[in-house]
Amino acid sequence: MSKRWEFRLSGTGGQGLITAGIILAEAAVLAGKEVVQSQSYGPEARGGASKAEVIIDEKQINYPKVVIPNVLLAMSPQPANKYGSEIKENGLIIIDSSLISDFNNEKARVVEIPITKLAKEDVGNILTANILALSAVVGLTKVVDFEYLKEAVLNRIPKGTEELNIKAMEIGWQWAEKHVV
Amino acid sequence: MTVNKARLIQGNQACAEGAIAAGVTFFAGYPITPSTEIAEIMSEELPKIGGKFIQMEDEIGSMACILGASLTGKKVLTASSGPGISLKQEAIGYASMAEIPCVIVNVQRLGPSTGGPTSTAQGDIMQARWGTHGDHPIIALCPATVKECFDLTVKAVNFAEKFRTPVYVLLDEIIGHMREKVILPNKEDIEIVDRKRPSTKPGDYKPYRTDESLIPEMADYGTGYKWHVTGLHHDETGFPTTKPALVEKLMNRLMSKLDKYKEEILLWQEESTDDAEVLIVAYGSTARSALDAVEKLREAGIKVGLFRPITIWPFPEEALARLAANVKGVIVPEMNYGQLYLEVERICKDKCKTSGLFKANSEPITPDEIIAKVREVL
Repeated sequence: MSKRWEFRLSGTGGQGLITAGIILAEAAVLAGKEVVQSQSYGPEARGGASKAEVIIDEKQINYPKVVIPNVLLAMSPQPANKYGSEIKENGLIIIDSSLISDFNNEKARVVEIPITKLAKEDVGNILTANILALSAVVGLTKVVDFEYLKEAVLNRIPKGTEELNIKAMEIGWQWAEKHVV
Repeated sequence: MTVNKARLIQGNQACAEGAIAAGVTFFAGYPITPSTEIAEIMSEELPKIGGKFIQMEDEIGSMACILGASLTGKKVLTASSGPGISLKQEAIGYASMAEIPCVIVNVQRLGPSTGGPTSTAQGDIMQARWGTHGDHPIIALCPATVKECFDLTVKAVNFAEKFRTPVYVLLDEIIGHMREKVILPNKEDIEIVDRKRPSTKPGDYKPYRTDESLIPEMADYGTGYKWHVTGLHHDETGFPTTKPALVEKLMNRLMSKLDKYKEEILLWQEESTDDAEVLIVAYGSTARSALDAVEKLREAGIKVGLFRPITIWPFPEEALARLAANVKGVIVPEMNYGQLYLEVERICKDKCKTSGLFKANSEPITPDEIIAKVREVL
């Protein structure tokens, strides 16, 4: 049976998580996989908890919504609390440890990466945090090859920001490599 | 032959691209969630191909506007949701009566009234059939995938042109907003249908004269053919009449013209129905949950199948009746309080048990909920 990947990328409106979700889905298209992407709208999209969901599979995807994610990315405290307990047994939770403290989940593997701090200090632009995080998510799950992610990122980002975003991707990937089991 | 690349696009975008592929060159609308992307895309794309986009003062004006454009020979589209679709109803009736081809995309949101702008729903099924007053013909098509949003919008334009009737494309918020991998067809592989134009000279033209096709020839305004368009009952000259015999002749033709083309209009999908003991009848995004439920139940050895009407109106009655005769029960999950269920119950009640699974709280019906219902019925 092929594996159904359910990703929930959550954070605060403005952190670029819906863009990250679309890029992840486009990387999956480039990799020849089946994919469905959806997002939450409404007040959540304006400063509250915001989320994008991506389902990736080798076979046709029927039900288009995430049931229980096997991968959760939490980029701020509110969604970490809101969605933190909804995770598959032995799932993966990646949290931005520069913004979230005291996060625990017994069911899943929790990987702490100081995403926002790395984007700000090592990449030099806080706006690349979503791409850095996405690269870490892909690095830890290997759901698609790095080359497809890179291509998808370069297709989406504004002209002139290629170097910054590639740097963010490399740093995210390196942090993921440290945690690969 | 070139093969198009796989892309990731929204259902709403696929509708817009399907309309343009089918030859739509005129869009009037008033943006409303969750259909707004269609207006956005049409506003960007139509000027590039010499088409026209107009944002009107409201939905009533938008509907009237596309009818005017259609009378000049353009293929036309509008898109809306919720209260916007309610406002369009009077002019949709006018289009049915005056036989003006037009396509209305309704991306259903949770009502009534302003309800939930970003909430998914399937509560406009009966509105699509009976939203405007009086008996009238209507076609409504219901996609379940992003690819189908494209294909069925093309088909809707073709049906509107061929049968001179308003055609709905009924999405729900989930299908409209989700992004999915699609490979769209090449231009040369898309069937395009144009309305039948006059075979007579302008002086001999009778706008509502018909042959056995039941579909009158339609002249473009501004090409020398003079004709009267009205929402009143009319004879073949297009001018009003109150003579019962002529009113009846018109109404009989209007109410039977789609019947004649049933084989072409009625579309549905059957999945694992051959040996099914329980049949799920589902459409739109709910059909995806149902398909998931069918797969999981089959793995558990339970004989269940799916009947998915793609054409919701007119309803594929005979196809469903055939299947219902061989099952123990039919289940209808839908995101409303039981609308298409009424139609399914009418068709199936003498043949098997019928039951509904209704949910209208902005959340989709999950495969697990359908599985539980099937186990309950068995």
